[in-house]
Amino acid sequence: MNGDKLKIALYWGAACGGCDVAVLDTDEFVLELAAEADILFWPIAVDGKYEDIRALPDGALDATLFSGAVRNAENEDVAHLLREKSQVLIALGSCSAFGGIPGLANAVTREEILERVYLDNPSIELGNRTVPRTRVPVNGTELELPAFYPRVWRLSDVVDVDYLVPGCPPAPERVQEVLAALVSGTLPPRGAVVGAAEKALCEECRRRKADKRVARFVRPWEIVPDPESCLLEQGLPCAGPATRGGCGARCPDINQACRGCYGPPPGVQDQGATLVGAWASVIEAKTVEEAETAFAGLPDVLGIAHRFTLPASLLQRSCR
Amino acid sequence: MAFEPRIVGFLCNWCSYTGADLAGTSRIKYPPNVRVIRTMCSARIRPSFVLKALAEGADGVLICGCHPGDCHYSEGNYKTLRRQVLLKRLVAGYGIEPERVRLEWVSASEGQRFAEVVADMTERIRRLGPSRVEMLPSTRRAG
Repeated sequence: MNGDKLKIALYWGAACGGCDVAVLDTDEFVLELAAEADILFWPIAVDGKYEDIRALPDGALDATLFSGAVRNAENEDVAHLLREKSQVLIALGSCSAFGGIPGLANAVTREEILERVYLDNPSIELGNRTVPRTRVPVNGTELELPAFYPRVWRLSDVVDVDYLVPGCPPAPERVQEVLAALVSGTLPPRGAVVGAAEKALCEECRRRKADKRVARFVRPWEIVPDPESCLLEQGLPCAGPATRGGCGARCPDINQACRGCYGPPPGVQDQGATLVGAWASVIEAKTVEEAETAFAGLPDVLGIAHRFTLPASLLQRSCR
Repeated sequence: MAFEPRIVGFLCNWCSYTGADLAGTSRIKYPPNVRVIRTMCSARIRPSFVLKALAEGADGVLICGCHPGDCHYSEGNYKTLRRQVLLKRLVAGYGIEPERVRLEWVSASEGQRFAEVVADMTERIRRLGPSRVEMLPSTRRAG
């Protein structure tokens, strides 16, 4: 009955591979998945070439799970290819859904990145000015590298995406639910965020909230947080108030403030802007000077408030 | 054509909007560069309103509320003040000059002050030049 099996693909753009590991972390379910579906393409785990996918008729894949952001021309070309070949395209993980950690590169320019990595770096041999180029002639032939884009894009910026599965990485139980729904054909209508809750993380966080004000924000290494009470009320920049729940509040459970990887909850367009409002609401300051003192322990507001969502924010990138 | 700053002004209903109204009824002249939006309180102005204005082409955003201690809702303007400190840092992170986002207290009797604030801000932004925020196309080809 091989013809009835689902045909799926998994791909990674600008990603660390953590989302692929989250799929593998579903343990023996992966074997059930393999029994229900043919995995035609999965660079991290299964042999396969772009040519194999190009040879398929359009829509031949039932679904593709695409993790990683769109950083270069290869990421984008494969996104277009997989969109054409897939009936359902799922953005798996925060990079694909919001830009994620690679999206923080939108705080700087392409030129700054290339300068820092290839030219102005202590580990580079003196006088070596080798920078990547898209085309290089070698021995009468031409080698090609994908173009490095000026900024990072979400998957949905370049192709239509049917579902978002947030998380860095998504919790394996949530990944399993999504894959099981895919196999049984019970995914909700297209356009939904799946494998996540409809409320903010604070709703599922088990910590005690006392509606307390803080004198100042602290860096994580400055305090040993009390394991019972709200981390924000202890002065840690917890992203819980502006982050979608569904992960099971695993970070707060181990005394680590939420980093915001599930992205904004429903109704919130700009996670960082909402966090700025939430963080400002817990201090007591009555003057600008007092507020500056209270926020001294909060450097890099952009990077902390938009740790996973800079390309998805209202302004999307630095305009320097 | 000379650059004319486009400034979005969010004014609280109880003090600053009334102050701006007074500037008008008193026939005080000031630059026509501010587009005013009235809100019930300066604390109603979410940081996302400011970012949206910048994302859609504003060269500056002016927020005006009651003087500290005078808020119609007793604490609203303090909340605005606390947010403003972080909001300016957030905006600076995007490479936008923080002066483009300005918070001022204007009471209902300060028509003259409102006019001066607008004139001063318009002049400062004229000197900064147009916002460098790119108007974002709804692109399908990234590049």
